[in-house]
Amino acid sequence: MKLRRIVIFTTVCLFSLGFLVSPALAFKVGAVFSVTGRTSFLGDPEKKTAVMVAEQINAAGGINGEKLELIVYDSEGDATKANLAVKKLITQDKVSVVIGPSLSGTSMAVVPLAAKYKTPLISCAASYKITWDKEKGTARKWVFKTPQTDTMAVDAIYSALKQKGISKIAIMSVTSGFGASGRGELIRLAPEYGMTIMADEKYGPKDTDMTVQLTKIKGLAPKAIVNWSVGPTQVVVLRNWRDLGMKSIPFYQSHGFGSRKNIELAAGAAEGVFCPLGAVNIAELLTPYDTQYAVAQRYLKDYKAKYNEPLSSFGGHAWDALHMAAQALASVGDDKAKIRDYLENNIKGFVGQHGVFFYSPDDHIGLDKAAFRMVVVRDGDWALAD
Amino acid sequence: METITPAGQLFQYLITGITVGSIYAMVAVGFNIIYNVTEIINFAQGEFVMLGGLVMVSLHVGMGLPLIAAFPATMIIVTLVGMLLDRLAISPIRRPTVLSLIIATIAASILLKGTAMFIWGKDPYDLPAFSGRNPITFLGAVIQPQYFWVIGFLIITVIVLTLFFEKTILGKAMSACADNPDAASLVGINVKQMILLSFALSAAIGAVAGIVVTPISLMEYDRGAMLAVKGFGAAVLGGLGSFPGAVIGGLILGAIESLGAGLISSGYKDAFALIVLMFVLFYKPSGIFGDIEVSKIKRF
Amino acid sequence: MLRIGKLPISTFAFLIIIFPWVAHQIPGIEHYTDVMVFAGIYSLITIGLSLLMGYAGQISVGHAAFYGIGAYVSGILTARYGLNPWICMLAGISVAGAVALIVGAPCLKLKGHYLAMATLAFGIIIFIVFNEEAEWTGGPDGMSGIPGLSIFGFDFDSVEKYFYLVWGFVFAAFVFSVNIIQSGAGRALRAIHSSETAANAMGVNVSGYKVLVFVYSAVLASLAGSLYAHYLNFINPATFDLFFSIKLLIMIALGGMHNLWGAVIGAGIITFLNYEWLHYFEEFEVIVYGAILLVVVIFFPDGLAGIPDMLKKRLGKH
Repeated sequence: MKLRRIVIFTTVCLFSLGFLVSPALAFKVGAVFSVTGRTSFLGDPEKKTAVMVAEQINAAGGINGEKLELIVYDSEGDATKANLAVKKLITQDKVSVVIGPSLSGTSMAVVPLAAKYKTPLISCAASYKITWDKEKGTARKWVFKTPQTDTMAVDAIYSALKQKGISKIAIMSVTSGFGASGRGELIRLAPEYGMTIMADEKYGPKDTDMTVQLTKIKGLAPKAIVNWSVGPTQVVVLRNWRDLGMKSIPFYQSHGFGSRKNIELAAGAAEGVFCPLGAVNIAELLTPYDTQYAVAQRYLKDYKAKYNEPLSSFGGHAWDALHMAAQALASVGDDKAKIRDYLENNIKGFVGQHGVFFYSPDDHIGLDKAAFRMVVVRDGDWALAD
Repeated sequence: METITPAGQLFQYLITGITVGSIYAMVAVGFNIIYNVTEIINFAQGEFVMLGGLVMVSLHVGMGLPLIAAFPATMIIVTLVGMLLDRLAISPIRRPTVLSLIIATIAASILLKGTAMFIWGKDPYDLPAFSGRNPITFLGAVIQPQYFWVIGFLIITVIVLTLFFEKTILGKAMSACADNPDAASLVGINVKQMILLSFALSAAIGAVAGIVVTPISLMEYDRGAMLAVKGFGAAVLGGLGSFPGAVIGGLILGAIESLGAGLISSGYKDAFALIVLMFVLFYKPSGIFGDIEVSKIKRF
Repeated sequence: MLRIGKLPISTFAFLIIIFPWVAHQIPGIEHYTDVMVFAGIYSLITIGLSLLMGYAGQISVGHAAFYGIGAYVSGILTARYGLNPWICMLAGISVAGAVALIVGAPCLKLKGHYLAMATLAFGIIIFIVFNEEAEWTGGPDGMSGIPGLSIFGFDFDSVEKYFYLVWGFVFAAFVFSVNIIQSGAGRALRAIHSSETAANAMGVNVSGYKVLVFVYSAVLASLAGSLYAHYLNFINPATFDLFFSIKLLIMIALGGMHNLWGAVIGAGIITFLNYEWLHYFEEFEVIVYGAILLVVVIFFPDGLAGIPDMLKKRLGKH
């Protein structure tokens, strides 16, 4: 008898719990980043930044007096996990907007969900395919993104090369989503800038040495090398480049090189290397007249104070995404369709870490190639390249 | 910049392949020591290499110990980890089967990786090269001084191990355990201690590999798995249990990767090495120097 | 030996049927149905793998490749050529089966660790192909635009509907595999596992049976891959890497490889650990995962599905 009573009681409790989980008392924003795993160099600073921004917003009184609740899940860079996490955020946590995931691959795995559940998604990954529906030839209705695309980075690099009168180049890339996406754009845009790609070399993300690829390139004597990778390989490749005595061939890194840590790890080999970077990487180099001067300086100061580690440019993508989401929530409340419309029509001139954003019905990327500045490594630090 | 001749290029591919192959060979030797005594394939072998690199970074760069002191200290620390691995993960298994032992070593490698991430974080670390970074030009190829250290340590390791297993009582006792553990314990050999010793030895060798390769390739917490796969490939190609086999297997894998990347396609370089490996196995199911009888004993 | 009676089988079916309803009643776990879809997809692979490893005694560290082949054949044929998904699924199965036949015949002559290495190499090679043949596969960025499944105008467009579809397949594969085990083929497999030489001497076509089971397990993995592709509408190579092959081994070992229930239990538990429960440990996630595996391997050599037998033996002793 007693047992049955306990069973009934528990069941009733459980059911009523369901009713007690009441409609949102706070504005809920979901986030999915690759916080751990191989691509944690993206997700880790993104999570830290998003948490910091949410705290700052709440400390300043929240959004229209309501609290901002940020729910972060770790995708570990895994497409399946990202997909599950976004569904959970939308159907169970009932968030109004999702920011992330960190990678193009994980973003593509959740893009269909944004449309299916009619929830705005602000991705923090590079590929233009995330927001652009090639078959329909339109921007995906529910998907926006904050990072510059590889196209812009390639544009910036090719423009710089063209200015110097260089047209024969060799490209190198890592065989991961990041490298492959950059490589694709390098090849696609080459004719437009009159570039001849003499060598197209690849290496694995955990390779120990790239001497072979560089030796092959050396034999072809191109006028510049463009390398697209992240993680330790982009440092090792620089050392091999120096050791092989190839410093007379200018070396261009992708925007993935944007951390001072890489200059340090290269142990001097990074001197003279070029790369396109967003304002957030070079906050110290901006003049006070720069549009992004204030936001970049503040972010740099806050992040260093809170986490006591060097700022990574990737965190800036989360900064941009969460601030835009908060701005939309503040203006139109937690109605998902209204948030989407707001992002599309009212983000005009939003000053973020990685550029000044202008979204429109045809453009859910919001940036142009001005978002990148060409930077060169000089005396172990960034300097603006002229 | 001086131009490079095709012959120079080829030589460069070979040199690089041999260096990379030497690392695979050292991992393969580590596999073989444990395999010879226990017939276990220790998939945490790559983690020893990773730990070797990272502990060395902490001692040499972090704490400022001189190279000559940090090197043996690192070896000792990683050796202790290897012994702990045997005591905590391998010897407690009640009814060891090949699969359960594989999973146990995989679990151990996950644990080591997780702990390393906790201690060192996710960033890669650098180690200064032992004798500077000024490359030497030889026959048109450019050689980093660190390459000589890698190849040199491989040679020393193999000579010392061969002497140990063939000339010393302890070494002979260890080999006896592999041939027939029951008979070995009958003649008074403590099999459990020999297994412990094999883990210690192979961890020490893994540490050496990690220390010498870090100045070339940097080191971070999750590099172990890929090194373990390559080392396992080298060990199998050469024939499990054979030290000369491990060396030849490692060098062949390294050379194929390097020449394949240089002459055919860098995207498919790992595939070339593995295709060759598969065909060697189809032709000679026990690897180049492997014992066919031994290869038939184990089943899952 | 394995005898699966009517009662456990109908309990299994009943649990499948009520799961989404139960999950929906308990707040906080509604999304478990979604996780279970993946557990089901992985179960399909582990059922085949369990037959190969637990019954035929052959290891494979390359089944992610067959999983990937199913997914990519489905993905490419539907998204690029607009073919009917069900026909593409069959195409995937045929391709995976053919590849398994070609690779299996020479590979399965190898023993023990050599077989492990050969299958591992095969898995990595296929993974590299997925990455490199970007014209077809979309490269490391993956391919999107894979349609969902529907039959006679009925769309499997919700989590619940897909759950029933996947677990329907799992149930069918399970029952079919049990029948194999209890048929003459099953006896032949067990004979191979205990001694190949003896089995050969008794006139069992050892290599034929081994290849057959290998092909069967590849076919199930390919089916799982197709189901995955149509559920996510997107695939990328990272899903089919070496670590997934190892994860499958872990599922088998955790569940218990001498028992078909173990395949399902192992797949379920590892899926929930990876996608749901370990999440709470944050930084310690990896360490906890390693520790759990180690504890199971050390204390439950026959996996979790072996616990009832173990208890029975213990109690019997006293």
